[in-house]
Amino acid sequence: MSAPITLRIAPALAVRTVAAWLVALLIFFPIAFMLLTSFKTELQAISVSTMWHFTPTLENYTLVQSRSDYLLYAKNSVITSVVSTLLGLLIAAPAAYSMAFFPSRRTKDILMWMLGTKMMPAVGALVPVYVLAQSSSLLDTRLGLIIVFTLSNLPLMVWMLYSHFKEIPPDILEACRMDGANLWDECRHVLLPLSLGGLASTGLLCLVLSWNEAFWSLNLTAAHAGTLAALIASYSSPEGLFWAKLSAASVMAIAPIVVFGWFSQKQLVQGLTFGAVK
Amino acid sequence: MKLKTSLALAFGLSTAFAVQATDLVVATVNNGHMIEMQKLTKHFEAANPDIHVKWVTLEEGVLRQRVTTDIATKGGQFDVMTIGMYETPIWGKKGWLNELKPDAAYDTDDILPAIRNGLSANGKLYAAPFYGESSMLMYRKDLAEKAGVKFAERPTWEQVRDAAAKMNDPANGVYGICLRGKPGWGDNMAFLTTMANAFGGQWFDMSWKPQLESKPWKDAVTFYVDMMKKYGPPGSSSNSFNEILALYNEGKCAMWVDATIAASFITDPKQSKVADKVDFAQAPSQVTDKGANWLWAWALAIPAGSKNSEAAQKFINWATSKDYIKLVAKEEGWGSVPTGTRKSTYLSREFRQAAKFGAAEQKAIFSANPNDSTLPKSPYVGVQFAAIPEFQAIGIAVGQQMSAALAGKTSVDEALKASQAAADREMRKAGYYK
Amino acid sequence: MRTSTDAAMVSAPGAPLGTTTAPVGSAPPQQGARVLRLVKPKAPKQPEQHAMHRPLARLLLAPAVGTLFLWMIVPLLMTIYFSFIRYNLMQPGEHGFAGLMNYEFFVTDPSFMTAVMNTLLLLGSVIAITVVVGIGVALLVNEPFPGRGIVRVLLISPFFVMPTVNALLWKHMMMNPIYGVLAQVSKFFGAQPIDWLTDYPLFSVIVMVAWQWLPFAVLIFITALQSMNREQLEAARMDGANAFQQFRFLVLPHLSRPIAVVVMIEMIFLLSVFAEIFTTTGGGPGDASTNIAFLIFKQALLNFDVGVASAGALFAVLLANVAAIFLIRMVGKNLER
Repeated sequence: MSAPITLRIAPALAVRTVAAWLVALLIFFPIAFMLLTSFKTELQAISVSTMWHFTPTLENYTLVQSRSDYLLYAKNSVITSVVSTLLGLLIAAPAAYSMAFFPSRRTKDILMWMLGTKMMPAVGALVPVYVLAQSSSLLDTRLGLIIVFTLSNLPLMVWMLYSHFKEIPPDILEACRMDGANLWDECRHVLLPLSLGGLASTGLLCLVLSWNEAFWSLNLTAAHAGTLAALIASYSSPEGLFWAKLSAASVMAIAPIVVFGWFSQKQLVQGLTFGAVK
Repeated sequence: MKLKTSLALAFGLSTAFAVQATDLVVATVNNGHMIEMQKLTKHFEAANPDIHVKWVTLEEGVLRQRVTTDIATKGGQFDVMTIGMYETPIWGKKGWLNELKPDAAYDTDDILPAIRNGLSANGKLYAAPFYGESSMLMYRKDLAEKAGVKFAERPTWEQVRDAAAKMNDPANGVYGICLRGKPGWGDNMAFLTTMANAFGGQWFDMSWKPQLESKPWKDAVTFYVDMMKKYGPPGSSSNSFNEILALYNEGKCAMWVDATIAASFITDPKQSKVADKVDFAQAPSQVTDKGANWLWAWALAIPAGSKNSEAAQKFINWATSKDYIKLVAKEEGWGSVPTGTRKSTYLSREFRQAAKFGAAEQKAIFSANPNDSTLPKSPYVGVQFAAIPEFQAIGIAVGQQMSAALAGKTSVDEALKASQAAADREMRKAGYYK
Repeated sequence: MRTSTDAAMVSAPGAPLGTTTAPVGSAPPQQGARVLRLVKPKAPKQPEQHAMHRPLARLLLAPAVGTLFLWMIVPLLMTIYFSFIRYNLMQPGEHGFAGLMNYEFFVTDPSFMTAVMNTLLLLGSVIAITVVVGIGVALLVNEPFPGRGIVRVLLISPFFVMPTVNALLWKHMMMNPIYGVLAQVSKFFGAQPIDWLTDYPLFSVIVMVAWQWLPFAVLIFITALQSMNREQLEAARMDGANAFQQFRFLVLPHLSRPIAVVVMIEMIFLLSVFAEIFTTTGGGPGDASTNIAFLIFKQALLNFDVGVASAGALFAVLLANVAAIFLIRMVGKNLER
């Protein structure tokens, strides 16, 4: 095992640390500002003089709590995103595996076709899908949303997993096959750990995409299956200041997923560390 | 054991025969008054234990899209829809809404005639108004005093421009006048239509031909662009109600012509720095005062073929009744009641005392008439819009051009030419004329 | 029977790195610390296993292909059908055949060419920004440093924000010329604040969308970089390759497939960007920030003309396919490596 190797793009650790933190803070700044705004009153939120100096208040959060059924929306968001992501991975992983390790002449075509299914802007297909959903009684149901999310994200999952699986050298599979094990057991024990990083990052990305999905969430739901996207939508008032309230609602909407992202980011970067796995 | 079993049996039987609660799904806008209605729904549910109200609250544009898609495809997702004076005549004529027939106690005659007409088709009421608004001029009386400006009850646009010139002080962060500029049929075009009306213009002549290159429109838009360039805040071409409200509350606007509901926000010390420095006048006229101030009402309607129409009717009766207004007054004070719907509200002494802007608002609403809002006769209904389905797409296309003119990207003439072409295209396609 | 030692020494395209080779494929798993690597050329098909597992492979592929096919085909057929009839939600009952009228109407919109240009500009700029900056950022955080975990979470945070909130965030907090943060910063330096949304509407939208999609690219590149073979890099370094050469000949080829994935996926999403535009500029001033999705929206949800909207949607698919073919020429060949 070799000693830790540095990719010598940047000269010294200190410079890299400073640069990385600077970039991260710059990118994060708008969100930090939004977080700050959620603790202001509406008047303070629009006022330049109180941009940085103000007494924080929790009134926006209590208002969001009391006015909307945050828990219902959050529950719906969690259920629809998680189930659709898991379902999608379940369908996409075998497909990606098959295309990565048993490529045929058709593989590239199939990949391009899958991506092609997503090319139609959702707004153009609203009426057909709405009518379909209505005739199958799936309007305003979590199941309807799950189906739509799964199918929307499926092409992405297949692509990303395919790309990830291609990184795995076929020799590994050969090696375990040569050892006489059947396809499922040995290779699963070898393949799965190696693909965990890819599965995790694909899963997280698609989870976030479903979480933030607003178009179908708003159009296919009414009172029962609304997700956090509907919560956010209910805070943009056409007539009246809403900026502080929306910031608070937004923070509450992204909090669960940020926490999840934080915990899973270790998984995300385990990946395929061939240099280390011996 | 026997007692337990019989108790259990009794309980089971009673729940089996218990009243089935109806779930009433109400779609509404996210305005202050609607939020208030949501808060007070518990009173309704207490009085009607078999009805459970569920809310879907959306932003105006999204709400409109959502309910229109649903009602046109007979989706049946909503039992009560909040719609405006734009949709009601159109949908009423198409038979998409149930006619509302409240009882005598509801006192339909108490509803302001202009609002009632705007929410009816063929003489039948299709939506019950929840709150109504017009537009008016809101100015800073402290700045006006300092500049020596006095306002007539309904000034002309020229007088307003002169006042803006005197009160304009960008060095100290005060702009003479703030007006909408963001593209949208309900954004900048709502305002610009009233301005064009005041200059003697109309959207369509009696043969439905768009009139956007007519002299009144040209004068109005040139005036608007010129005035805003000199005395308006930067970024106007993407400002709508909320953006200007923010500016006004911060004290950056000396004058503002916009929805009367703004008055309740800018006089609220909790969100406005200039709460006690505001005064009101009627929206400016120029050649005429017809159509100078707009008329809008958010109203509750029942889609035709709704499964819960009885419960829906009960809810609508409750939410738009005199008792409801009294309820809000009790809970939040007379200054926060939904206005613009009933004569009785304006007659109430408590209201007039609590809402300083009440008189100006009342005058504005009473003077607006969607059936007679232009100097030359028009074939359409509506003050700041034309109640035809094509108007939304036309409105945004023209709105985009107006916004470009305001931003200085095109000249006023070019913008009007492009607007006329866009309107003509849509009207032709819809078959109004060949 | 094939083993991993059946290899030939192959040099990577354009890699003048002395005796050791710059491997382009993957390294065999069983090696000691020796620097010399044998390179395996692209693995040709392995007939026996292929034949043995082909039906299984097909079976694995079937659910994905099947469900997607159904999901795609039904709305697609409906959309194609609607595009050829008169179908306006506001005029139910009038569903006569309209021939190419809907297409004609959509394409003769005065803003049509501008919308196409804006769509392509938006697409190209955001993809370029996210890929270039994304690779840079991923490289920056590839190696450990204090606080790397937090930095990573901060970097991917914009992706969690909902597009409408993102748009409002930028419109009010950052870009407003009077009370926005950017305006305050310019005033601090004594400059006149720029009216972003009025004067540079498309650019402002590009900034918003790029900010939102950067984490996506960063995440994919971070994961991809983790799978780089460290020993190859060490070998190259010991052979005297500097940082830039390492990047150009080792890292970049390794990233080619992730780049292709990022490009393709972003292309799909960016084509239908419209929440940001609608909330901030309303497509204006004029049609400076109108894109194809906005035109479709205008028809579908303002006019409720399903016929023209369907025609527009199919046109968007056509545009996307053209862009995809073009992009494939540039990066897609990496799909098969």
